[in-house]
Amino acid sequence: MTVDQGLAAALRHRRYLLSAWPWRALAYAVTTLPLAGAAALGATVVAAPLLLVAAALRRGRPVDAGALAALAVVALAVVALAPLAGAPVAAVERWRLGLVDDRPVTAPGWRGLAARFTTATGWREGAYLAVLGAAVPLAYGTFGLLVLLDAALVAGPWLAGGEDRIVLLWATVDSPAEAVPYALAGLLAVPALVYLAGLLVAVQAAVTRLLLDDAPAGTALREVTRSRARLVSAYEAERRRIERDVHDGVQPRLTSLTLQLGLARLDVPDDSPVAKPLAAAHEQAKELMGTLRGIVQGIRPPQLTELGLAAAVGDLAARSVVPVTVHADLTRPVPDLVETTAWYVVSETLGNVTRHAGAGRAQVRLTRTDRLLVVEVRDDGRGGADPARGTGLTGLADRVAAADGRLLLSSPPGGPTLVRVELPCRP
Amino acid sequence: MPSVTRVVLAEDEVLLREGLVGLLTRFGFAVDAAVGSAPELLDAVRTHRPDLLVTDIRMPPQHRDDGLRAAVTLRAERPDLAVVVLSQHVQSGYAAALLDSGDGNRVGYLLKDRVADVAEFAATLRRVVAGGTAVDPDVVRHLLRRPRDPLDALSPREREVLGLIAEGHSNAAIAGRLYVTEAAVGKHVGNILAKLGLPPDEDTNRRVLAVLAYLRAAG
Repeated sequence: MTVDQGLAAALRHRRYLLSAWPWRALAYAVTTLPLAGAAALGATVVAAPLLLVAAALRRGRPVDAGALAALAVVALAVVALAPLAGAPVAAVERWRLGLVDDRPVTAPGWRGLAARFTTATGWREGAYLAVLGAAVPLAYGTFGLLVLLDAALVAGPWLAGGEDRIVLLWATVDSPAEAVPYALAGLLAVPALVYLAGLLVAVQAAVTRLLLDDAPAGTALREVTRSRARLVSAYEAERRRIERDVHDGVQPRLTSLTLQLGLARLDVPDDSPVAKPLAAAHEQAKELMGTLRGIVQGIRPPQLTELGLAAAVGDLAARSVVPVTVHADLTRPVPDLVETTAWYVVSETLGNVTRHAGAGRAQVRLTRTDRLLVVEVRDDGRGGADPARGTGLTGLADRVAAADGRLLLSSPPGGPTLVRVELPCRP
Repeated sequence: MPSVTRVVLAEDEVLLREGLVGLLTRFGFAVDAAVGSAPELLDAVRTHRPDLLVTDIRMPPQHRDDGLRAAVTLRAERPDLAVVVLSQHVQSGYAAALLDSGDGNRVGYLLKDRVADVAEFAATLRRVVAGGTAVDPDVVRHLLRRPRDPLDALSPREREVLGLIAEGHSNAAIAGRLYVTEAAVGKHVGNILAKLGLPPDEDTNRRVLAVLAYLRAAG
């Protein structure tokens, strides 16, 4: 079941009229009235010079220059104060928006008096006052007129007859019986009016969100992506730390322990009862050294720490069964996370080349552009690599996506295969 | 050549450094200095002029390949200095950097795991001091894994022998390891060199270098 988060979405539902939404819209509309009324006063003051001119023209009299100047000064003062007055009104409106919209609204913090006039937020809130004072009263007035007309239609049968004829819209009726069809039409129009009210409020809410929500949708999404990248970077820093701790602390001590056991074995005669368990301990410690080396390699390749990306990739190439040439053009430093991801991309891809491609040669190219590290691995094998048929490529794509990068694959049957990975390098 | 081999040791982890000093002393090496960083290592070798330098690769101050770079620098100053570097993991580039320093003699690149077999480790150090070359079996295995036509022509036994040659073993040592006669090894070696198109050479070390150079040449 989906839950509508706002009036606009709810309006599209068939059961709108039976839901709580029309009532929420009504509550919003009713609470709009005092605010819009107050704002309309301000709007009238701003419009006063125009009204004065219009009135003078209609009567054919000259405009009173002194009065016009005075009104203009007052109007400008009111406009200038709009960003200030906008702040408390906007606060109330953000809260009121919750009546018809369950999505959160971001309020800007108070950044001082000057900021009201120097930031877009201040002027957007001022502009909201203009909407509230001019557009809203007009729209509500028009709607109110429609409601009155409909009420008159419905009340027709009671009003008609008796002393006078009455006029309903375009028709004139003399008796209650004649008014009945109009009353029925009026009744039928009630749901339409409820919908219209909903639409009116939905538009008003949308304008309110547009002007008063300080976090547009795009920003929110970008923030989510950034925080994921930050999290992955934090993991990467943690891996680096663990690798260093194991390399500096655990591995040398294990080597030292194994060495001591080796020395002890020299002093124990072969027929001693200690000889066998000591030899077993020595062998186990040696095996553990190999195991631990494998684990460290999985946490973060030590080659990256010691040599940097270009040389570590060169090492991968040197170990590859298929001959590999490497071109590395890394003029600028590469962030840790990007470095590790690129290393795994090359390591996995060269592994695939060896296992599946039947290739005679492969080529690795690392290019650092302004904002990207581009890793390209191509081979002259049989092609036909399909992400759907194995988890290798998908796993690689996941890893690349975690670093905010993308993986592109071209592998027609018959080859050649090109894997291209683009990784963004944020400072 | 002096009867006692003098050594400078560099390893930043204290316990392991002491363990290595114990090992070296036990096998009759004289430890001139045991230090924990690359600059100290440079100083110690220039001051004491030892016969042999044994050093860790990743060390302060940068915790990258500082130890290796110091070793290569010292080899450039003193080509007769025997150097054995120890690494926590296989990195074929390190072996190459050492083999390219000086004439490629008197160098060794070993995983730290080899330290565990104390007697063999000591023997390897002696071999390097005597002018030999020691490359870790893991590195040799990586080199041998690459498919190249002449290598494919070798029998499994010959590949095994080739690996041991590359690690720096003499015919006698290879015979001991494979439980065969030295004459049998000599025959294998002759076949291998012929198949690879390398000149026959009685000098063990020149042979090692030739084989390593062959294996390292990018396929």
